[in-house]
Amino acid sequence: MKGVLLIIAITATSLFGQWGGELRFCLRSDPKTFNPLLVEDEASETVRYLTGGVLIRVNRLTQELEPELATSWKISRQGRAIAFQLRRGVAFSDGTPFTADDVAYTVRALMDPALHSPTGDSLRSAPGNVETTVQAPDRITIVFPAPVAGLDRLFDQVAILSSRSPKKEAAVLGPFVLARYTPGTELVLERNSHYWKTEANGRRLPYLDAIHLDIQQNRDIELARFTRGELQLINTIDPEMFSRLSKQEPALVHDAGPSLESEMMWFNQNPAAPLPDYEKAWFRSKNFRRAISAAINRTDICRVVYYGHAQPAVGPISPANRFWFDAALKPHAFSPKDALARLQQDGFRFENSVLRDREGHAVEFSLVTNSGNKSREHIAAMMQQDLVAIGVKLNIVTLDFRSLIERISQSFQYEACLLGLTNYDLDPSSQMNVWLSSASNHQWYPNQKTPATPWEAEIDRLMQAQAATVIPAKRKAYFDKVQEIVSDEAPFLYLVTKNSLSAVSPKLRNVQPAMIRPQTYWNAENLTLAPAQLARNGQ
Amino acid sequence: MKRAHNIAVAVLVLIFAASLFAGLIAPAPYASQFRDFVSASASHRFWLGTDDLGRDRWSRLLYGTRISLLLAPAAALLSTLLAVLIGGIAGYAGGWWDRVIARVIDLFLSLPWLFLFLIVRALLPLNTSPLTSVIVTFTVMGLVGWAPAARIIRAGAQSLRHSDLVLHARACGCRGLRLVLVHIAPNLRPVIFAQFWIAIPTFILGEASLGLIGLGVAEPLPSWGNLLRELANPQAVAGNPWVLAPLAVLVIVVSCFQLLLPNKEFSS
Repeated sequence: MKGVLLIIAITATSLFGQWGGELRFCLRSDPKTFNPLLVEDEASETVRYLTGGVLIRVNRLTQELEPELATSWKISRQGRAIAFQLRRGVAFSDGTPFTADDVAYTVRALMDPALHSPTGDSLRSAPGNVETTVQAPDRITIVFPAPVAGLDRLFDQVAILSSRSPKKEAAVLGPFVLARYTPGTELVLERNSHYWKTEANGRRLPYLDAIHLDIQQNRDIELARFTRGELQLINTIDPEMFSRLSKQEPALVHDAGPSLESEMMWFNQNPAAPLPDYEKAWFRSKNFRRAISAAINRTDICRVVYYGHAQPAVGPISPANRFWFDAALKPHAFSPKDALARLQQDGFRFENSVLRDREGHAVEFSLVTNSGNKSREHIAAMMQQDLVAIGVKLNIVTLDFRSLIERISQSFQYEACLLGLTNYDLDPSSQMNVWLSSASNHQWYPNQKTPATPWEAEIDRLMQAQAATVIPAKRKAYFDKVQEIVSDEAPFLYLVTKNSLSAVSPKLRNVQPAMIRPQTYWNAENLTLAPAQLARNGQ
Repeated sequence: MKRAHNIAVAVLVLIFAASLFAGLIAPAPYASQFRDFVSASASHRFWLGTDDLGRDRWSRLLYGTRISLLLAPAAALLSTLLAVLIGGIAGYAGGWWDRVIARVIDLFLSLPWLFLFLIVRALLPLNTSPLTSVIVTFTVMGLVGWAPAARIIRAGAQSLRHSDLVLHARACGCRGLRLVLVHIAPNLRPVIFAQFWIAIPTFILGEASLGLIGLGVAEPLPSWGNLLRELANPQAVAGNPWVLAPLAVLVIVVSCFQLLLPNKEFSS
């Protein structure tokens, strides 16, 4: 009989997880805001993710949309309207019931121009008011002034606020609630006893009692605390630390494959830039850009700088973005021979190990990047050696970030720039401010009055076309074409896509590292601690 | 003491010679990346192993020593000369000269010079070669690094001005430049030399710190400063003791310079 009871107990534990315990990991900085509508920084986003309840959630593993506070939704009027059927019997952390009025209140606050909400900006497709119609306590329709591409997916970022709670933003619908904040030291999130998700037996999730978020900038200290067992996870770990830790404790580290982060370089093609005319001519030449791209050994960069935890980059969309990635594209192949052949087409000559243009100018340019980023400095140093093979002299200039931004966005006193790119949003509409020739983040030549080249005009057309339709297949076809043009014309030379690396203690259960943020705690309500860790926590 | 002095001279000559003839001694160019031997341990091929880009650490140490050993003393000389001039005038002239210069020294000591380096870096043409960049960096360090030494030299000159030695010289009719060159300057020499030797490692380490914010020696040029950046990761040091080689050379060189310091008291 005892044996049977023991088996039942073990089975129950494995099926339903272990209750209680405190998870501890680090934030790199203090959150800048606790208002979920004003989130911009990573620390605030972590707090929003763990405390906020959303209508629709992007499953970080499958990248599919899943119902949360909305049980179903329907997009209509060519992407202008979305109707939600809401979950019943849900309450905020202070016990206030959740209704369609709360959704209406949140949307109105979000779209208030006076609030300057970054989340609201992504939903603002055209000037005009957003209308919210509450049909019933559990039904609401939101109508936007113009179609919004990827409308349903954007609600993953919208944490619902209570319209009636006196606690305002402190009343939440997520699995945890902010209990304490000591600036510069830690945040403590405690279990939301009103959280709506339950285990199969009806008991309310989350399993954990609390999450301690220690504020720690120094990554070496974070790693040391993790190896001592004081922390249970490091959400993103750099490749060098990953490599070191994997030699000591291979079971602790996880490489989830390509992430949404990449490194890229571009040439300054702005005609107003204070550069000699012959240099401007080089940078505007597709053959020149493609030749430089072909001379860079991306495989070596992945192997040497990222210890093998990166992939040669293909284009603006990482393979991590399963739906939008154009699988037909391949990274530019490393071939100094092809590079020289392309350069010869433009009249360049390779003589005595020096590349000269048609007018006899030796090809030499500077590459600016931000100082203090070791990986980027190493990439630049490797490019410097690679380009020697085609007779190009590359001067590396590391600048403090403010000077760098001033150069690339105001004075345009630079020749080429190496920087990173992180797409937080899977939908390409979030990249409109990069691809439209009139956009300020069209880095190689921003704020164009009319497109400078036919291919930029074509990208403008395709980006507007994909934003104007709600049919996913059509949008994908348009954006695939954009990716193909970018790959062919190479205004950005995409170098590497970094892998999503994390470290997780074996004492933390149910962790399924994903490629997109938040990589390790995206299913926080299902995370549990092993009994040994619970004993250590004093339970 | 004489023996220690001779050993210091011999060691310094050896290190200077090795760095000057780096082109002949170094087994590889300092920028060559052996990408199949990244972070390699010390071996017959790579005496001090390779760095995290696969560059031969021994070759880089030889070339880096050349840069640091030539430019750090040059910057130290520049700052010491300025310190002698400014501190000497304040100490010897006294009165309002002294008061004004003392305030200027205080001002120089309190200003955040890092911003000057940021401005200089921002003003330099982007295609400035790494060598020009490092010369500019050390020159600026020399131009702004005189204040601590000037304060000490000022104090030395002040005490000499009121000493019996100078009083005696004045009584004998010695005045002006002759008094400075024959009676004061030789007696300040130990202080000046000490400030010079102290400035050398300060500038070497200063260049290393500037390298962390992108203002030091640009890639791929090596210097003790950027070679010492490898020590920033204590755990990596534990597995690669050979990364300590630049630090060992720095300690040896500074120690040798200290042994060469003239050990003379003020004569009275």
